[in-house]
Amino acid sequence: MSWEVVIGLETHTQLSTRSKIFSGASTAFGAPPNTQASAVDIALPGVLPVLNKGAVERAIRFGLAVGGTINKRSVFARKNYFYPDLPKGYQISQYEIPVVQGGAVTITTKDGVKAVRLTRAHLEEDAGKSLHEGLSQAASGMTGIDLNRAGTPLLEIVSEPDMRSAEEAIAYAKTLHTLVRWIGICDGNMQEGNFRCDANVSVRRSGEAQLGTRCEIKNLNSFRFLQHAIEFEIRRQIELIEDGGTVVQETRLYDPERDETRSMRTKEDAQDYRYFPDPDLPPLVIDEAWIERVKKAMPELPETRKARYQKDYALSSYDATLLTADAATARYFEAAANALAKGLDLAAVIPEIAKTVATWVLGDVAAALHRADIDIARSPITANELAWLLRLVVDGTISAKIAKEQVFPNMWEQNLAADQSGSPHPITGVGSVTLPAFVAKMGWEQISDAGAIGKIVDDVIAANASIVAEYKAGREKALNSLVGKIMAATQGKANPAQVNAILKQKLSSASA
Amino acid sequence: MVTAPIAELAHALASKRLSSVELTTALLDRIDALNPRLNAFLARDRKRALGEAKAADARLAAGNATPLTGIPVAHKDVLMTAGWKTTCGSRMLENFVAPYSAFVVERLAEAGMVLVGKTNMDEFAMGSSSETSYFGPVKNPWNVDYVPGGSSGGSSAAVAARLVPAATGTDTGGSIRQPAALSGVCGLKPTYGVCSRYGLIAFASSLDTPGPLAQTAEDCALLLNAMAGHDPRDSTSLDRPREDYARLLRAPGGTKPLAGLRIGMPKEYFGDGIDADVAAAVGAALAEFRKLGATTIEVTLPNVDLSVPVYYVIAPAEASSNLARFDGVRYGHRAAKHDDLSDMYKKTRAEGFGAEVKRRILVGTYVLSHGYYDAYYLKAQQVRRLIADGFQRAYGQCDLILGPTAPTAAFKLGAKTADPVQMYLNDIFTVAGNLTGAPAISIPCGFDRNGLPIGLQLQGNYFAEGLILNAAHRFQQATDWHRREPAAIALETAR
Repeated sequence: MSWEVVIGLETHTQLSTRSKIFSGASTAFGAPPNTQASAVDIALPGVLPVLNKGAVERAIRFGLAVGGTINKRSVFARKNYFYPDLPKGYQISQYEIPVVQGGAVTITTKDGVKAVRLTRAHLEEDAGKSLHEGLSQAASGMTGIDLNRAGTPLLEIVSEPDMRSAEEAIAYAKTLHTLVRWIGICDGNMQEGNFRCDANVSVRRSGEAQLGTRCEIKNLNSFRFLQHAIEFEIRRQIELIEDGGTVVQETRLYDPERDETRSMRTKEDAQDYRYFPDPDLPPLVIDEAWIERVKKAMPELPETRKARYQKDYALSSYDATLLTADAATARYFEAAANALAKGLDLAAVIPEIAKTVATWVLGDVAAALHRADIDIARSPITANELAWLLRLVVDGTISAKIAKEQVFPNMWEQNLAADQSGSPHPITGVGSVTLPAFVAKMGWEQISDAGAIGKIVDDVIAANASIVAEYKAGREKALNSLVGKIMAATQGKANPAQVNAILKQKLSSASA
Repeated sequence: MVTAPIAELAHALASKRLSSVELTTALLDRIDALNPRLNAFLARDRKRALGEAKAADARLAAGNATPLTGIPVAHKDVLMTAGWKTTCGSRMLENFVAPYSAFVVERLAEAGMVLVGKTNMDEFAMGSSSETSYFGPVKNPWNVDYVPGGSSGGSSAAVAARLVPAATGTDTGGSIRQPAALSGVCGLKPTYGVCSRYGLIAFASSLDTPGPLAQTAEDCALLLNAMAGHDPRDSTSLDRPREDYARLLRAPGGTKPLAGLRIGMPKEYFGDGIDADVAAAVGAALAEFRKLGATTIEVTLPNVDLSVPVYYVIAPAEASSNLARFDGVRYGHRAAKHDDLSDMYKKTRAEGFGAEVKRRILVGTYVLSHGYYDAYYLKAQQVRRLIADGFQRAYGQCDLILGPTAPTAAFKLGAKTADPVQMYLNDIFTVAGNLTGAPAISIPCGFDRNGLPIGLQLQGNYFAEGLILNAAHRFQQATDWHRREPAAIALETAR
């Protein structure tokens, strides 16, 4: 019996406004408890909410990015429940009429490309935090309340149950994560809880029309947890049904330490939130002019840019996806590729150049940045500097090996030190210490002189008669050994293509 | 002199015949003498009041005074007042000192008014008799066996007993107008959104309206001039050009100052259930308005009979949510002993709230709950719209709508406490104004057989405050009901 998995995600994205959604208090992370909670945030008697237009603008941006409908009139409602970190005794959210309806997000998995439809996206405020640890001696055993987070603007993005595997759910979450950062509405810092997912998971026997009973797994704040929680939940539900049981609609929590989900509350003890329109806030009216203003300021979207990279730079879907995973990486790649192609016959060189740049950006540059924990926007080797380096590889001045093993690490260290001391990068595109001059000074230039290479080849052939004999006896691999010895003799500087050609030619002529 | 209306006191202050310190001292003494009988005041602060009076005298001397500078005022205890205990008449906030001031409190302070104290009220403004206060009922200055009306009964009693020339109130279902009527003073409920709700401890957010209580319509106009204005801290505050609400009052009157004014008489306001003395007084007032040049026309207000049921769905619904913040976690009362969080909530709220507040929280929670929302809350909002539509049609035929403010004059303390519905029916003529958001005033227009004052309500369309105040002012120029003072209190003082 085969099973079909059905998954929908609700994602809470913290909007990147400086102040809260209904008060002027700061949203900065990590301040001492209750130092960023205004009278409105702690719900003193008599205070009133005033909507932050920046939060609305970000919601509009999102709606435009996913092709959803921006409601001209949406309504804030109160969701009533008691909890110590919910100061007003209700959360202001949008219920019947959200700011954004519909739209879709395109995901790519090994099975191909798929559109995940969105139900809605609505604005709401976050609650505070309950602190059970780290309290003073006097307060031990009590619960502390930190209201710094109370009133932080959230956009809750609700998908349709369009995903059919944990893999698709992760792809959706990652695509959404990229998108919200790309359009600048969310910092996307998952450790700080800027991007949290609730997963609705159900299973049904293949071919069945009706959806199975779903469980909601709350508050998954990493892609790994999201994946593990969904995978566990799928297994649990299938095993339960196969053992003759039934799935109960409930809210579950994922325990990363035990890698399992646990029941939090069932539908029976679900609260009645008594939603009603918040009389303190008039309906949110968004006119066409506002939407137009936001539209004009919209950046090129990742999906569009990815398509452009595949078309204009002849990149694979895989490379294009990775390069457009965030805006800064895409900007870096494009700047480096364009700088490298400058002055060259674009149509002729682009495919090769773009592939080279993509490999470097996703490989050595990404690895070095990761090791040093530096954002690509502040890379010690700028996009332009990478282009100078790669130009030397492309025009044969240095070998790819030297570039990777000598020039790049050397430049990286010098630039990093310069960045840390606030001084300019020592190697420049123009002026006294140009990169070619530096490479020449270091003796890293590639040996492409046929005569010089031929002489070394002759020496190696003469000194390795037994290997030459093996090759001549038909053992092709013996050639690699000879190439290795030639490269070693030149400290890796000989042009590998030339070495290969000359070696083969000399070996065949010697046998003639 | 010190018991005169604001307009006269302002002249005396401006001409240096009286200083604010003298005026304030005299009224503070009067409060000390009379308040034990009335229980109109909760917090008072003589030192602070005299400090403000001194500052007001300096401002008067410096020549940058407003018409309100140096005039004593009292604030209903529902308004946050920085540095003052602000209790809302509840045990829940018994020891709560406000860390900031409400918009209208700020505005009247900026105008130079001298704050002498906070007035008693029904708990969380829920009531029509000022009997639900945790701090004991307010008594009617005309007869201390009777209620002053509510919920702004402390303010209305204070003005009626001439303890202050002006007080603030808030009107959610008639809570300024009904106590004004029952206490024999003027009370204005402005258009919703004209005075910011910032700092008003919310009862029913879509209905709550701050406004003034004073001896005369003219004084109400002066007070509204200071209290009105846009406030970005209240999203329902209206951003309109500044208006002088007293401008029409200054126009020359002549013998027919209200010529051209069309007064609508809704047949729904003159039916059964109205006390005969009230009907007679309102009828006489109508004749007076005709003498002043107004014409009268019969109008109908369809569905207005549903105002009370609609109100008692919407107001408790909003209240049940607004009062959720009083949970003992951050401020206010917290039960001393509790087993766990849920127990702490239950005990805190059981101890902190009185019976009427609990009743409304329960009603409100019920009408918003799953499966009942459509039948109650949504239906009530639909009828609310129909009621407003009815008023709009009536204003196609008339400029103002006249009727009694309450169906009877004041009733005895305790007379209606056992029957909440009888108590709620006191608001039958006032709640519609809150449901529509349109302005209305209550002014004295006579006395019943027991010598208790009767109130006349003048309602107008949105932003018709100027028109309402002018009609009331012309009536008061031609009559002296507003000048009558409670003899019972005068005797008390003498004794």
